[in-house]
Amino acid sequence: MTREAGKRKGGVGQLLIPLIAIALLVIFNLIRDPSFFSIETKTNNTGNTVLAGNLISIINGASELAILAMGMTLVTAACGGQDISVGAAAAIAGSVFVRIIRGAAPVTGGTVIGAFLACCAVAMLFGSFNGMLVAVFRIQPMIATLILYTCGRSIAYWINGGATPTIDSPITGAIGSFIPGIPVPTPVIIVAVMALLFSLTFRFTTLGLYTQAVGINESSARLNGINVTLIKLVSFIILGICVSVAGSIGVCRLGLINHETLLIDIEMDTILAVAIGGNSLGGGKFKISGSILGAYVIQMLTITLYAMKVSSTDVKAYKAIVIILLVVIGSPVVKRWFTKVIGNMRNARKIRGAAKEGV
Amino acid sequence: MKKRREPFTDTQLLMTITICIFVVMYVLAMIFLGGGFLRAQQIFDLLNDNAALIIVSCGLTVVMIGGGIDISVGGVTSLVVMSCVLYLNGNGNPFLSFLLALGIGLAFGILHGLLVSYLEIQPFIVTLAGMFFARGMTTILSVNPQKLAHEGLNAFRGIKIEIPWLGYIAKNGNLIPGRIELGVVMALLCVIVVFLILKFTRLGRNFYALGGNQQSALMLGINVKKTRFMTYLISGLLSGIAGFVFMMHTGAGNATNAAGAEMNAIASSIIGGTLLTGGVGNIIGTFFGTLTLTTIKKIVVTSGLKDPWWQSISTGAMLLFFIVLQSIVLSRRGKSKAKE
Repeated sequence: MTREAGKRKGGVGQLLIPLIAIALLVIFNLIRDPSFFSIETKTNNTGNTVLAGNLISIINGASELAILAMGMTLVTAACGGQDISVGAAAAIAGSVFVRIIRGAAPVTGGTVIGAFLACCAVAMLFGSFNGMLVAVFRIQPMIATLILYTCGRSIAYWINGGATPTIDSPITGAIGSFIPGIPVPTPVIIVAVMALLFSLTFRFTTLGLYTQAVGINESSARLNGINVTLIKLVSFIILGICVSVAGSIGVCRLGLINHETLLIDIEMDTILAVAIGGNSLGGGKFKISGSILGAYVIQMLTITLYAMKVSSTDVKAYKAIVIILLVVIGSPVVKRWFTKVIGNMRNARKIRGAAKEGV
Repeated sequence: MKKRREPFTDTQLLMTITICIFVVMYVLAMIFLGGGFLRAQQIFDLLNDNAALIIVSCGLTVVMIGGGIDISVGGVTSLVVMSCVLYLNGNGNPFLSFLLALGIGLAFGILHGLLVSYLEIQPFIVTLAGMFFARGMTTILSVNPQKLAHEGLNAFRGIKIEIPWLGYIAKNGNLIPGRIELGVVMALLCVIVVFLILKFTRLGRNFYALGGNQQSALMLGINVKKTRFMTYLISGLLSGIAGFVFMMHTGAGNATNAAGAEMNAIASSIIGGTLLTGGVGNIIGTFFGTLTLTTIKKIVVTSGLKDPWWQSISTGAMLLFFIVLQSIVLSRRGKSKAKE
């Protein structure tokens, strides 16, 4: 896997697959139902004027996935492996968030921020636990995070005291749905802020470059003076921040924490988003934007299937077929075959052209 | 010349550690918890309940030795259970239902193998899609739990091998013999066959070569693509068998059958000393890995930690212990080898 990493092309070519996927889904939906993407303004039950429609629910629903995919891209790039504990860690983060908010009698903006910082700290702690196993003990990321995957949701259950507590406050409600006066769902705004933070980090620090260097060749990165252990650890801690944001959004959206169902199976979707975004799962070069697009592809697919009256339990089967088609199109063998065919056609045209000139 | 004893390979070392820890753990449970742990039936129960998991883990170990990963095993198992139950309830033939189980498993194995080795797609994604597909198909077949209503097979399911001298005397004075289900025989058979394949056939040695170093395997003239294809084929086939065994054990099809089996199987393989990087692993280790994983759960329940979260927290702690131990052992060996 790692050997292929260096060969992958960066640039726009990498975004081709997610863009093609989005285009296909858009065309398919428009043929099926021309008004599928129409956006309307509605007044919701708290009296705000908000945007509604399938497009909004796609962009809104993919928020947690997109946020996790950003962090996961970094971990994948640096370590050449994936963190499968994000769902469990998000459940823990959500539990901490809920517990602190329930502890405070009047829920003010301050308590929410405090609760978020606390759950952020806990998620970063678990992130650094995973990161330490990977960076210091040199354990494969998937194996190292299997530990938290196994026991994370139980830890969340433990924090919740064996119940599924609810939170009911206008502030958390606003985080989960709409801030009064702003028609765009709040999770979407949070995704935009996170994306901005990531792009600023890459622009003004060497983190992106170093991560790439570690992913492509660890020993040469070390010989060039990069602290490999630190870079890997940092990638996991950043994923921890993403996990806490996603967990808090998930909790605010539902108004309760259920350790079993909060962001269930999201780890698989996250890894899928990273892969659909054209990033090699073996590490090395990466594009965060690709992963974000990948997240929207997955959500768009899900919403399309829902709109076609497929029941939520059966969605997985259809999703699998589309995923397989996508990865087959994006597979190295098919790509090589395409380049060969296109090259042959060009050659043939050249020869024909030369023959004509000769005549 | 003094004959030098051949040193332990990584595979043997990790396996030996697992077996030792399992034995120590079990003996401690016998001493401190007593009760059920003193009876042979406890081990039989462990085997009866986890026969399917053992079979699935064997397949996964083969894939992991070849340097790949297959997370579809749980999904395929549940799909096989559901389709076999539905087929049998429609007056199906039990023998054909076994063939159906094998067929579904093989189909998944072939598809995964083709996509991973001939189209060079990342195995995680391929088998993830396989898992989604299998789980989705299970619910498409039936969302509601289905009970097996085939009389012949239900009677066959009831057959248990009884071993009187390993039994115990119940409170009312009756001798209760040790009972083993037929699924366990199937599981042990699978373990032995896979062990023999890995140990004595060219194909088995090729798996290790492929996982150890793909480039060298290629230069040795091994058909890398075909070998990798075979690992997924074996895993798929074993998932099919596991599904049938699972059905024999529970006698019902359910959408949540074998939930989380893929991660349990991966954990079993890891505890048994298989490395995800490939080239290192052993079926006997995996077998004991499964037993260790399930014994710890039983110990937690018996020792009075009744809160529902303790089982998985202690499983996680044990995984941490094994994984860190393996990492330390292997890095120490790496250092001492470098000194030589």
